[in-house]
Amino acid sequence: MKKLNDVILRTVTKTAVVIILTFSINLFISGHHRPGGGFIGGLAFVTAILLLFLVYDIEMVRKNIPIDFKVFAGIGVLISVFTGVGGMIAGKPFLSQAFGRVALPMFGETEMATSVLFDVGVALAVIGTSLTIIMSIGDDR
Amino acid sequence: MNNYVVLPIIIPLITGMVMVVFKNNIWLHRILSLLAIALIGVDAVFLLEQIKTSGMQTLYLGGWVAPFGITLVADMFAALLVLVAAIVVFCCLCYAFSSIGSERERNYFYPLCLFLMAGVNGSFLTGDIFNLFVCFEVLLVASYVLVSLGGTKIQLRESFKYILVNMISSFLFLIAIAYLYAITGTLNLAHLSVRVAEAGQGGVITAVAILFLIVFSLKAGLFLFFWLPGAYSAPPTAIAAIFASLLTKVGIYAIIRLFSLVFYHEPGVTHLFIGILAAVSMVLGAMGAVAYWDVKRIITYNVVVGVGFILAGFASFSLVGIRGSVYYLLHDMIIKALLFLLGGTIIHLTGTGKLRDMSGLIRLYPQLGWMFFIAALSLSGIPPFSGFTGKIFVTTGTFQSGYFWLGGIGLLTSLLVLYSVMKIFMSVFWGYTSFTTESEKGTTKGLLPSMTFLASLTIALGLGAEGIHAYVDLAVAGLLDPHIYIDAVLGGNGR
Repeated sequence: MKKLNDVILRTVTKTAVVIILTFSINLFISGHHRPGGGFIGGLAFVTAILLLFLVYDIEMVRKNIPIDFKVFAGIGVLISVFTGVGGMIAGKPFLSQAFGRVALPMFGETEMATSVLFDVGVALAVIGTSLTIIMSIGDDR
Repeated sequence: MNNYVVLPIIIPLITGMVMVVFKNNIWLHRILSLLAIALIGVDAVFLLEQIKTSGMQTLYLGGWVAPFGITLVADMFAALLVLVAAIVVFCCLCYAFSSIGSERERNYFYPLCLFLMAGVNGSFLTGDIFNLFVCFEVLLVASYVLVSLGGTKIQLRESFKYILVNMISSFLFLIAIAYLYAITGTLNLAHLSVRVAEAGQGGVITAVAILFLIVFSLKAGLFLFFWLPGAYSAPPTAIAAIFASLLTKVGIYAIIRLFSLVFYHEPGVTHLFIGILAAVSMVLGAMGAVAYWDVKRIITYNVVVGVGFILAGFASFSLVGIRGSVYYLLHDMIIKALLFLLGGTIIHLTGTGKLRDMSGLIRLYPQLGWMFFIAALSLSGIPPFSGFTGKIFVTTGTFQSGYFWLGGIGLLTSLLVLYSVMKIFMSVFWGYTSFTTESEKGTTKGLLPSMTFLASLTIALGLGAEGIHAYVDLAVAGLLDPHIYIDAVLGGNGR
């Protein structure tokens, strides 16, 4: 089979992936007060990796990102559940969240919330699950 | 507020996820799964005592009070089911250790069982109808994988049908929830109960109730059981036993919960309909059980009869009938697991499920034979065993409510059930022993303890029915009087 000429695709991807990853992190952080959050942020993250799958092949990506995404998803769920358990340890109902203002050295006074940790877990779970699904469907083996 | 209520859901979730992370250590999987199930059992016992001394226990997740947040409610009925489910799954897992095979163990068998358990417990404990849908999905997704895990031809064929049927019923479930939300504007079960009582259960709400009934009938195998015999005979024994003992019961639980708490105003329509469906499924299930000469088929059709019988008691909607339903439901969870394990062991030993190809097993396996005898008697409700209490209360309840046909069909099908399991007993265990230790396909090594435990449990539950009477009566009281539930959840809010 003749090899496709995909110079443009490859060049665009190299920049686009960085932009998409940055955007996904932006989506994730803005989710605290505005639309966004762990779920969408995670999905946007997956689209970047998906682009890499399309342009390079799965083997290449797997070699460069040697992570078992099932484990990734498991750790994500554990983080989320344990933020809920944290509320239980403090004597509040399961899933109670806490927040407060903390003075950080560089950012000044910042609002910190445990629900961000919950969202980190959600993001990891979404990334892990969707990549597992994509890789097991897309794989020839 | 009581955080013990959420533990039966998050313990299996956390341990399951830890197992996913440490994928390759099978011994860790075994120990952790048993530990998790045991912890759930201990927690359920705690809950039972708390409910007995201080009423229903509730938990508002994240501190968001009902009806706005997600509420978990542990009433006596739910807590009893959580406890029995934990016991049954514990035994099935012990059975699985020496029967499931390392291939399935390495492919997340134990985590999947725990996720299934999380979904089942979530369905029992939730106080919110949308959350009930979510928990149903959790347990269904786990069960899809468990049905097809291993990928044999029959498993793939049956799991396809199983997934299709459940997809459609989940779809209908969501539609029914949307209708109900459009009519009442709430999803919290207690709040729904208040609003439906205020607005009166008119024609539209009754129609939605029937839609819910269809959904749960599909899940429970009440009349709409066409998918059940195939799906429950495809997976390996331990998985089939967990399915038979838990999955249909979750559907039954949902029917009982909804039609005692929310849609209880028109028993002449809805409960009569449940009664008719129950009668039909008892008759059809018994016909299937009598007709087949295959161990697995006979046992799976008995699941259908059990579902019909439990809901026959509920359909009578009287104190005695519902008491019978609760007793029989607890009994049925144990006996169905035992029966499936026994049937699976017979097939495992002889390598065939055909009754006509087996005979005289009792010489080689006396313990197995006598346990099967006990299970057969208990299943059909012969006095010293646990089936009797439920059967007598259900029959009395249906007679008291004037549903003589329903009670009569229940008694008649009990005879047919007895015939169908005795058929297995006589042709497998009696007769000339053509079978020698050389020709056996497997051993009973490691399989007997869990079955012995379940068999002794059915004897204990039969002899000690008086002992759990206080708990069962509290459960029945909670089901008959929705105000107890409403007060526990809303406590003055939202009225």
